[in-house]
Amino acid sequence: MQLKRKDILGIAELDREEIDLILQTAESFKEVSSRAIKKVPALRGKTLINLFFEPSTRTRTSFELAGKRLSADVINISSSSSSTLKGETLLDTTRNIQAMHSDFIVIRHASSGVPHFLARSVESAVINAGDGANEHPSQALLDLLTIKENKGRVKGLKVVIIGDILHGRVAHSDIHVLKKYGADVHLVAPPTLIPTGIERWGVQIHYHLDQALAGADVIILLRLQLERQGSSYFPTLREYAELYGLNARRLALADSEALVMHPGPINRGVEVSSDVADGLSSVILQQVSNGVAVRMALLFLLSGGKHA
Amino acid sequence: MADILNSDEILRALTRISHEILERNKGAKELVLVGIQTGGVYLAQRLARRIGKIEGTTPQTGALDITLYRDDLSGRKAHPTLKKTEMPFDMNDCKVILVDDVLFTGRTIRAAMDSLIDLGRPKEIQLAVLIDRGHRELPIRADYVGKNLPTAFDEKVEVLLEEAGEEDRVILHREKWEKQG
Repeated sequence: MQLKRKDILGIAELDREEIDLILQTAESFKEVSSRAIKKVPALRGKTLINLFFEPSTRTRTSFELAGKRLSADVINISSSSSSTLKGETLLDTTRNIQAMHSDFIVIRHASSGVPHFLARSVESAVINAGDGANEHPSQALLDLLTIKENKGRVKGLKVVIIGDILHGRVAHSDIHVLKKYGADVHLVAPPTLIPTGIERWGVQIHYHLDQALAGADVIILLRLQLERQGSSYFPTLREYAELYGLNARRLALADSEALVMHPGPINRGVEVSSDVADGLSSVILQQVSNGVAVRMALLFLLSGGKHA
Repeated sequence: MADILNSDEILRALTRISHEILERNKGAKELVLVGIQTGGVYLAQRLARRIGKIEGTTPQTGALDITLYRDDLSGRKAHPTLKKTEMPFDMNDCKVILVDDVLFTGRTIRAAMDSLIDLGRPKEIQLAVLIDRGHRELPIRADYVGKNLPTAFDEKVEVLLEEAGEEDRVILHREKWEKQG
């Protein structure tokens, strides 16, 4: 069993069989990170380039650790230090990287579709680490793994996603993956942050948080993508926190065993109060640990076999 | 296809290996049995139970997946599916009996030893296999062998075990066999 593709660009095109394989492989990789010597020689001699055109700590570090724990050589290139500032086009930058014989390129970019464009132009395996408002597939896979580990299943769970759905690539990838596994997905946000037509993805839309939370099994919070919001989508952050912030009172409306998840970085006091973010329902740090395992699985699986 | 061992013969071979392990190590103290996924894991558990019956102390068992240590990972083949490595004990100062179903080129055992040494510093590593079919490509030998079986290189030895939902037996496929991951 192997992946049917050279690149991981989005959840939308992955089938259940491939996602199951990724999760099963990730579960085996969790053990490697718990060893005293957290390194295996599987990707010895392979090169991984992290090409980040947007700020990132968690995702970049997570891919870097994943590569290093598999013995790959990892190079980080960020937009502030790359030649794009000197006027080099994206395609030229990548062709140069390819000419250095990289095996994997992990890319994050502010424009949707950049990883897809690169994947067509280079031989290396390309992994999308977030493209504009489109997708962030590795985040959705680690979310799925975290839900499965805690709940034992996904089918039939009521999952409430709160926050910036309009700019939220995490939300888009999460919706794809959750629908593939039969979850009951609810979105909650101010009307300005819900893209028109998203109900066609088979999700339910709410504008009032309290109603949406009733009986929720999983609550996924999203960070407000303030850097992507050119104009005002809501009057003030304080009003947003009042209407859409998760706090202990609201959490009590959900199922008593509900999970609270967040892709990070957290804006404490905005989308979530500190007592909830650090509370017993929170699996936010477990998501981070699972992220390394999922990314190890992606690198390992993409290195196996040749694809047309 | 030829039958090599039936369930009684497998049982007797494992019983003899258990006695040999105890004799050479002067008891079950410090012993741990580590099986190589998947067949070796079941055999390690059987040997541990048998040793427990004979000696009164049952050694701990672990499972090792050697996929990440294979020397053919950069080849063109698809990777085998990764299984779990579970070593629920500290290997330092233990005598590790590595258990596999079939010893062939020795490459799996090389990978397993590298993997073990990354996990700790065992006092000693010994090797127990149910079938030794020859054709070594590395300087590796088994300390305990259920049955020595001369084979042609392109034949295939298959060890079927109850734990995997089969009837216990060992068969030799004489016809050319498409080698599986």
